[in-house]
Amino acid sequence: MSRIEVRLTGFGGQGVVLSGIILARAAMYDKKEMVQTQSYGPEARGGACRSEVVISEEAILYPLVEEADILVAMSQEALDKHIDSIKKGGTLIIDSDTISRVPEKIGIKVNKVPATSIASEKLGKGIVANIVMLGALTNLADIVSKEAMEKAVKESVPQGTEAINLKALEEGYLCAQK
Amino acid sequence: MKKHPALKYFRFDRPGNPHLWCPGCGIPQIWYYTIKAIEELKLDIDKILWVGGSGCTGRMCTYWIGDYFHTLHGRPLGFATGVKLANPELTVICHMGDGEVAGIGGNHLIQTARRNVDLTAIVVNNFNYGMTGGQFSPTTPRGAFTMTSQLGHIEYPFDLCKLAATCGATYVARWTTFHSRALINSIKKGIQKKGLSFIEVISQCPTQYGRRNKIGNGMQMMKWFKRSSIRKEKAEKTPKEELKDKFIVGEFVDIEKAEFGASLRGLIKKRRKESVKN
Amino acid sequence: MNKRILSGTHLFQGDEACVEGAIAAGCNLFAGYPITPATEISERLSWRLFDVGGIFVQGADELDSLTIVIGAACAGWKSMTATSGNGICLMQECIGYAAITETPCIIVDVQRAGPGTGAATKTMQGDVYQVRYGSNADYSIIALAPESPQEMFDLTVEAFNLSETYRVPTFILADEIVGHMREKVVIPEKVKIIQRKRAKFPPQEFLPFKVESDTDVPPMPAFGEGYRMPVSGLTHTETGSPSTDYEVQKRMVSRLWNKVEKNVEKITKIESAYLEDAQVIVLAYGSVARSAKSAVLEARRQGLKIGYLRLITIWPFPDKVIENIAKRKPKAIIFPEMNMGKMVREVKRVAGERTKVISFPKPGVELHKPKEIYNLIRRVTN
Repeated sequence: MSRIEVRLTGFGGQGVVLSGIILARAAMYDKKEMVQTQSYGPEARGGACRSEVVISEEAILYPLVEEADILVAMSQEALDKHIDSIKKGGTLIIDSDTISRVPEKIGIKVNKVPATSIASEKLGKGIVANIVMLGALTNLADIVSKEAMEKAVKESVPQGTEAINLKALEEGYLCAQK
Repeated sequence: MKKHPALKYFRFDRPGNPHLWCPGCGIPQIWYYTIKAIEELKLDIDKILWVGGSGCTGRMCTYWIGDYFHTLHGRPLGFATGVKLANPELTVICHMGDGEVAGIGGNHLIQTARRNVDLTAIVVNNFNYGMTGGQFSPTTPRGAFTMTSQLGHIEYPFDLCKLAATCGATYVARWTTFHSRALINSIKKGIQKKGLSFIEVISQCPTQYGRRNKIGNGMQMMKWFKRSSIRKEKAEKTPKEELKDKFIVGEFVDIEKAEFGASLRGLIKKRRKESVKN
Repeated sequence: MNKRILSGTHLFQGDEACVEGAIAAGCNLFAGYPITPATEISERLSWRLFDVGGIFVQGADELDSLTIVIGAACAGWKSMTATSGNGICLMQECIGYAAITETPCIIVDVQRAGPGTGAATKTMQGDVYQVRYGSNADYSIIALAPESPQEMFDLTVEAFNLSETYRVPTFILADEIVGHMREKVVIPEKVKIIQRKRAKFPPQEFLPFKVESDTDVPPMPAFGEGYRMPVSGLTHTETGSPSTDYEVQKRMVSRLWNKVEKNVEKITKIESAYLEDAQVIVLAYGSVARSAKSAVLEARRQGLKIGYLRLITIWPFPDKVIENIAKRKPKAIIFPEMNMGKMVREVKRVAGERTKVISFPKPGVELHKPKEIYNLIRRVTN
C-alpha cells in the first residue's frame, strides 16, 4: 500500500479528532506507518474541525494531507469546504443525516451513511455517530483491518462505553456493505 | 571590644564595607531580629535557606552564613516555593521589600498566600524604593515626597497585611522596627507555622524617605513609629478618623490549614493507591 | 503502575512523548501555565508526575512557573516547564537568572504562529532567536529541535542530560506540528541518564564556582547539603561573593559563554544524507525538515544530486557542520524555515562567499509543502 491520505471533517464536538486517533491506532496495530494531525479553531464546541491520518507501508515524511484519498464529512459546512481536496478517483463518505447537498464533483465515489440516525435511533446515543462513520470507512476503504479497528476503538473510547462504540462500529460497517 | 552576637551568622566575604546599608537603616535591625528568632528556636544553620530579591532588603540573604538564594526582584516567593517543594525539610525565610512584594511581585504574593506554601515571608516596608534612589512604591502614603513624586504622591497605598490575609496566609502580623521583641516572637511563630506566614515590618529609610519627608534620621524615624503605632486591639475600639496616619500593629491572622507541599504529597499517596491508567 | 519508563510502542502526541521523555530522564517537578499548543504537556504531567513521586504545579503565569522550576533545581531536583512563544517572552528574566546561577532546567517551547497572540493553534519557528538571545547580556543555552513525537521523547531525555552536564537552561524547540501530531513512539527498556556533578570536597574546602581544570562547569551542591551555597543573580567570584570588578565579570561571563560554545562539537547532533555528491544541499530543522527530506528524496528519484542536512541541535550553532559543507562549494544551500529567515543568517555568516545560501521563508501557520521545496530545487539546479 502506498501513501493513503484520509481527512475527517465536521464541527467541534462531533468527535472528529478522536476518529482520527482511532484510525491511526488501528493502522499501528496493523503494523503500518501512520501520522495523525488535527486542525481546529479556538472553539471547543462548534466551529470547523478536521483530523487527518496518513497511512503508508513506508516511513511518512510530510505529515499532512495534500490531496485526500478519502474524505469523511459530518457537516455541510465541512463538506463544502473540503470537497475540492479529494483526489481524482477518491472516496467521499458523508453523514447523510447532517448533509443534504453534495456539491458536483466528477470522478469521486460518494457514499452516504445515515450515521446520526443510526447512532441516535438505533443505538440511542447520537454521540457515537463518528464511530458509525469509522465503521463505514473500514468497510469501504480497506486501509485498516476490521480487527485492528475494533481493538483501537476499545483502547480509545472512555471506559464503560466500549460496548456501544463497538456496536456503532459494526453498524457503520454493515451499513456500508449494503 | 565585645563582638556583636549576630556576627557568627554573618557572611564576611565582601571587600570594603562589611555591608551596604546606610547608617540608621532599619534593614540590618530586621536582619538581627531574624537571627535572634533562629537562635532562640535553636535551628540548624545548614537546614535554613534565606531567600531575597533585588533591592536593599533583597540583599539581606546575601549576608546569611548558610545557604542563600538571592533571586529576582519581586520573585523570591516563587523560587522559595520551588525549593520548599523539592526539600520540605528546609526552613525557608524570604525577606522582601515593599516595592517587590506589592509592586512587581504582587502576583507571587497573591498566589503563594492562596496556595498556603510553608514559607516565612518578611516584608520590610520603608515606603519607597531605596536602592534606586528613593522612588515611590505601592505603599508610599498619599501626599508623601519621593524622587518620582516630587509634587506630592497622588496614589493610594496598599495595606499589605489585609492583602496577605485576604489571599489566604495562615499567619499575618505587622510590627515596626521599634517593636523588636514582638517582631522576634512573630518571626519565631512564623517559622514554626506550617503554612504561609506574612510579617510586615514598618522600617526606616532615613537616607531617602526620612530625608525627603523631613522626618529625620533613623532614631527620629523610629520615634515616629513609636508615636504613630497603635495595637490592633486598641485600634478596633478607636474611631476611624483617629486611625488616620497610624500604623496598626499586632497579629491579624493565626489559623491552621493544609499546607501546599503536604497537599501535593497527598496526591502522590493517592495515586499510589489507585490503579493507574496510562 | 508507577514506572518511570513506559517501555513499549505507543501512539503519542509529540507533547505526550515529551512528558514521557522527561519522566524517564528523572524529572521530578514541573510547573507550567496553560498555553496552546503546549498545554497537553501540563495535562499529562498533572497526573503522571505524581505516579513517580514527583510534583506538578500549575503556575499562576510563566514567571511563577519558571521561578518554581529553578527553585526546585537548586534544591537538587530535575525540573521542567513548557510553554509557547508568548510564554517565553515572559520567562526571559528567569532564563537569564538560570544562566547566571548555572541552574539546570528544561524549557519546552512548542512554537506557535506570532507575533503577539498570533494564531495560537498554528505552527511557526519564530522563537529561534528569542530562546538564544532573549534575556539580557551574554550567556549560553542549548536548544534542540525535534521533528517527530519519537524525537520529542528522545531529545527530552537528551535535553535533561545536556542541562545537567553543562548547567544551562536547555530548550526543546518544538513547534505546533510536532507537538500535536500523533505517531508511533517506541520507548526502550532503559535510557541513559546523566546526573549533575556533585562536589568532591567537603564544605570547608569547597568553592562554589571554582571549576576543575578540564571543564568550565563547576559542581553543584543542593541547598540543605551543608555547603552553604551562595546562589545569586549578581556577578560573582569563585566563592560566590558579589562583585562589580571587571576581571570578575570577564571571568564569569567568559565561562558562562564558553562552557557551551567551546563544547559545540560534543553537543551537536545532526542528520544528513547524500552529502557526498551533492551539488545542492537542502538544510532544515524541526517539522520543516520532514518536507525538506521528502523533497530531497523526490529529487534523488529524478536523478538530481541533492543532499540533505538536518540540524537537531540549533544552539549552540554548529559552525563546523556548515563550514564542512561550505568547503565543498556546493552550488547552493537551500534553507526553508517557518519564519522570515532567521537561522539562515547564521548559515550565511559561516558559509560566506563560498556558496549561495537561499532562504525559503514561510511566515508561519502553514508548513512548507514538499512540492514547494522540490520546485525550488528544480529552479536552482536548472
